[in-house]
Amino acid sequence: MIAAAQDLWLSLRRALETLGAMTLFLGRLAAYTPVAMTRFGLIVEQVFNAGALSLVIIMLCGLFIGMVLGLQGFELLQRVGSEEALGVAAALGLVKELGPVTTALLFAGRAGTALASEIGLMRATDQLSAMQMMAVDPVRRVVVPRFLGGVIAMPFLAVIFSAIGIYGAQLVGVQFMGVDAGSFWSQMRAAVELEDVLEGVLKSFVFGVACSLIAVYEGFNSIPTAEGVGRATTRTVVISAVATLILDYILTAAML
Amino acid sequence: MRQTRATELSTGLFVLLGFAALFFLTTQITNRGLSLGDPGYRLTAKFENIGGLRVGAPVSMSGVKIGQVEGIDFDNSEYKALVVMHIDPKYNVIPDDSDASIFTAGLLGGQYIGIGVGGSETYFKNGDQITFTQSAIVLENLVSKFLFSFTGKNGKDEEQAQPPPAEDKPE
Repeated sequence: MIAAAQDLWLSLRRALETLGAMTLFLGRLAAYTPVAMTRFGLIVEQVFNAGALSLVIIMLCGLFIGMVLGLQGFELLQRVGSEEALGVAAALGLVKELGPVTTALLFAGRAGTALASEIGLMRATDQLSAMQMMAVDPVRRVVVPRFLGGVIAMPFLAVIFSAIGIYGAQLVGVQFMGVDAGSFWSQMRAAVELEDVLEGVLKSFVFGVACSLIAVYEGFNSIPTAEGVGRATTRTVVISAVATLILDYILTAAML
Repeated sequence: MRQTRATELSTGLFVLLGFAALFFLTTQITNRGLSLGDPGYRLTAKFENIGGLRVGAPVSMSGVKIGQVEGIDFDNSEYKALVVMHIDPKYNVIPDDSDASIFTAGLLGGQYIGIGVGGSETYFKNGDQITFTQSAIVLENLVSKFLFSFTGKNGKDEEQAQPPPAEDKPE
């Protein structure tokens, strides 16, 4: 009983320590951001790595999520005789929730793991120490551009996801199921406000900060062994997913 | 710097695609179209009850959308709802004795304003008020009216034990 309580306390303390260390790390990254902006080429390269390379999976998943929404939404709305509301349901669901959240989860799996394992492997192969020997700060040269690249890429990925998803819902609802195209779009336009779109963008920005921070933190602090890098990669996905969903609830509650 | 050009090119494409998607989301799925210089004109109308009418709801004539609701306010002097409508510029020959009613599109659909064309020779101008209006039909009021009229009748005439026919469902 006491041992169990001690275990719980220990893991709780470790979680708190990780949270605190990550917050400090975020402060350090933010402090370096103005300096890192002067070498924009490095950031562009990371936007390419985190964003452009994730584009195909994001577009594919967006299309299919939209199509599933179209199918399920049609099935449900048909029962109450208002299939025309499908456009509203799909657009609001995608723009406000599914777009940012699913993009963040996919981003953690596609780009977050790549970041964590890349930085972790740099540590394991002493590249980071070598940089320090050459008086190059590895945080400034390696970590900050990767972090900023992820933060910039995420909102773009999320809006692309939502746009493709709405197209997918339209494809299923209007083309396959025969919902009237006019009322699909006009009801959507009447119900969706600009604030809804901006809420989605803000959410994906916050998720971008969280997921990128977790990925670079785990990579940078990984144990410099093959196993350690593997564990850092796993932790990146798990913590990113949990953090995304918790933050999503907080943000939704705050903006309602 | 290996493959820098290719990286920059695809990053540029990625960002361009992102902005295109954002443009699509802000202009195509919301009612904020790109209105340059804001052509068109405004009409106002006062209603007893606007039900669930919202800003951005369509204004239609014979089922064709001719504008949208731009603002909803409450008139403190007359205790009525004041609705400001923005009408597209090409519909500038609406007779000035036309009437405005609030309808519901479908069972769960949003509410909209329908303009019934009048017979006057003069047309509405910017800032005019539509005098003939009909309020939204609030389903709860309708149901309660119906029930009360039924119980009243029932008290007088006890033979009528048949329940009233259910509300017509639009199938």
